[in-house]
Amino acid sequence: MVAHARADHPDEACGLIAGPEGTGAPQRHVPMTNAARSTTFYEFDAEEWKREYDRMWDNDEEVVVAYHSHTHTEAYPSRSDAGIASELGLPGAHYVLVTTKDPETAEVRSFRIADGVITEEPIEVTGAPEAVQSYKFAHTPDSTVYDCH
Amino acid sequence: MSIEVRIPTILRQHTKGQKLVTGEGETLAELFDHLDAANTGLKARVVTEEGALHRFVNVYINDEDVRFIGGLEAKLSDGDSVTILPAVAGGM
Repeated sequence: MVAHARADHPDEACGLIAGPEGTGAPQRHVPMTNAARSTTFYEFDAEEWKREYDRMWDNDEEVVVAYHSHTHTEAYPSRSDAGIASELGLPGAHYVLVTTKDPETAEVRSFRIADGVITEEPIEVTGAPEAVQSYKFAHTPDSTVYDCH
Repeated sequence: MSIEVRIPTILRQHTKGQKLVTGEGETLAELFDHLDAANTGLKARVVTEEGALHRFVNVYINDEDVRFIGGLEAKLSDGDSVTILPAVAGGM
């Protein structure tokens, strides 16, 4: 996600991670085209989104993570991010925000968005702790826990 | 005339949890009118009071984005598959 966000900077990048329905396990990363090609707005390309949705439908998968980047602001959902996601969004998905405003350090944060309410959730990085550039709160020998309180 | 409609998770509250429903209609507008009888509230989530598609909903007939083939006036044929998807979008 961070590499995709960096590659598309200064435009916003967006994509999803699909996983088997009902498991909540993010397994298949799908970088999407930002049809808005904008530094301040993103929208899944409609044709590509349909193709990926068909693939998920056939595989009994769902969107586990829907991510996008902010290129000049915090990794926090904007008013329109929350508004659109609440009105017609992906209620089961973790909305992950990446900010590329700092060229050295990317911030990655995760949220649930429903009924206009944004709830941040902790992210636990496992498997590749060396990929983590900075430790915000605590880390154990094989994982890093980003506390969001 | 039978049209299969794929319902996204967020709208399954209107379809008793079903992900696939069937309806009928010569056009997309007629289809949504027909669907609303058995799936109360579904139409209002997709079609505005002014009778247009909501900005952040994508509707497809087979693989075609209906915005390019007449919107709600797009014609349907027996056996067509309609997909409703949230437009995943946002901005600062």
